[in-house]
Amino acid sequence: MNPATALPPPARDPAWPGRLGWLIFGLVLLWPLLQATEFRPWTLFEPDSLKVSGRFIASFWPPAHDGEFLALVARESWRTVAIATAGITLALLLAIPLTLASTRVLSISALSGRMARGPFWLRQALRWLLIALRSVPELVWALVFVRVVGLGPTAGVLAIALTYGGMLGKVYAEILESGDAQATEALMRNGSGRLQAFFYGLLPQNAAELTSYTVYRWECAIRSSVVLGFVGAGGLGQQMDNSMKMFAGGEVLTMLAVFMLLVALADHVSSALRRALG
Amino acid sequence: MKIELHDIAARHPAARSRSAAALRALSLTVEPGEQVAVIGPSGAGKTTLLQVMGCALPTSSGRLVLDGREPWAMPRAALQALRGRLFLAPQVPPLPPRQRVVTAVLAARLPALGLWRSLRSLFYPDDIPAAHAALDRFDLADKLFDRVDRLSGGERQRVGLARALLAPAQLWLVDEPLSALDPSRAQQAIATLCDEARGRGVTLVATLHQVDVALARFPRIVGLRDGAVAFDLSAAQVTREHLARLYAQHEHELAGAPVATPEETPAPQPVVMHCR
Repeated sequence: MNPATALPPPARDPAWPGRLGWLIFGLVLLWPLLQATEFRPWTLFEPDSLKVSGRFIASFWPPAHDGEFLALVARESWRTVAIATAGITLALLLAIPLTLASTRVLSISALSGRMARGPFWLRQALRWLLIALRSVPELVWALVFVRVVGLGPTAGVLAIALTYGGMLGKVYAEILESGDAQATEALMRNGSGRLQAFFYGLLPQNAAELTSYTVYRWECAIRSSVVLGFVGAGGLGQQMDNSMKMFAGGEVLTMLAVFMLLVALADHVSSALRRALG
Repeated sequence: MKIELHDIAARHPAARSRSAAALRALSLTVEPGEQVAVIGPSGAGKTTLLQVMGCALPTSSGRLVLDGREPWAMPRAALQALRGRLFLAPQVPPLPPRQRVVTAVLAARLPALGLWRSLRSLFYPDDIPAAHAALDRFDLADKLFDRVDRLSGGERQRVGLARALLAPAQLWLVDEPLSALDPSRAQQAIATLCDEARGRGVTLVATLHQVDVALARFPRIVGLRDGAVAFDLSAAQVTREHLARLYAQHEHELAGAPVATPEETPAPQPVVMHCR
């Protein structure tokens, strides 16, 4: 008999106490957070609240479907798509140069050890600019722009452009830095420029992920244009705000269905693009 | 291009500061148009030597002189222009998996192309005949429009070598060009590299694990051990004793079998989706 197997089997996993400890620690930490947020889900199921929410949800049925309203919804959906698309396009104009300038992989001085001081601080500054852009919520940007350019889609487009420019720039840089940089480095070591190395090394390496993230952000922009509509930035959101105020639940339901269709569309576009690029 | 190394010491940037340097007080001169094979056991510093020659790795002491100029004393733009005049081929071919072979090969020309011409070449390849000719020298002409991730490991390595033929370079630094090739392909590939380098007057420095190939193809052999030059002789002068001393305690590498079995370059990994 093998002497190793003569030992009795271990009574338990030695990692177990540690895991249990961390689990208890997490729960203890969670408790004050739940207190602070007044998290009491059971109030949802009290008879009074059930009656109220039941009535509210029942008022959504049946979805509004008269021709005039559908035409209005179609027009406003088109405007919502336009707001999201224009916003993302402007955001790309902002994000792409910032990404290219702030990505560490495209640093020529970092090829041979440490990045030189000038480029290092430039990259840090751009990073802070991206943080500033995306830490202001699009709702706040929209409130600012509604005052500047007046009610309407322009405010929504500008708000999406600024916040999403910051988000796209950050995540693009992270995607580019997390991928395999060998091809890019080899190109720059053999004397090609940063942009050439980007187009011949970094972009083909990461194209699918960059695309699917961009389409996902477009989907988010469609959703956030609803919120922006509530503060007067046009599109389906503004219409939904009106319907809510007039207690026209059926109209709200129709518009929610349109959103579901748009998100499903984004999902399919994204997977088709990934197939094409992957 | 003429290479002069004076008392070079270098270590990899990722190496711990107390570990021994990969190269120690190494001096070497390679004349323009010369062909040199660098041999030695694993860990001798062969790759580091190539990286130092290719201005990819700064030296921690000593002087590197390329064509009479010191690269590390040059401003960064001039250094980058100098890098455009040499071709450093790493052992694992640096090819993006989703790229087509024609684009990957033409990428060697980037230093000579302006930005606009290189962008145009992404829409329509800039010089299909040249890419075809370079691939043809390595028996890969039929793969011109295939994607890189459809190639085998050996084919990828040969695509990486075909790049050299298109690079606007006077110095080729090739790291283990034969590691993923079978013996007959290896003979063909090294013959092509040597012939082309001779025809163009390009200086060729290659590290090799196959001692027999090095002795047969290269007029000058540099034996590297523990980061220093063990011998620097013409191929005819290298004796069995030289080799035995060079590979002492690494005899299995001398016996022909490269330590690292021909590595298949890993297949392109599935794209990871991040939830953000």
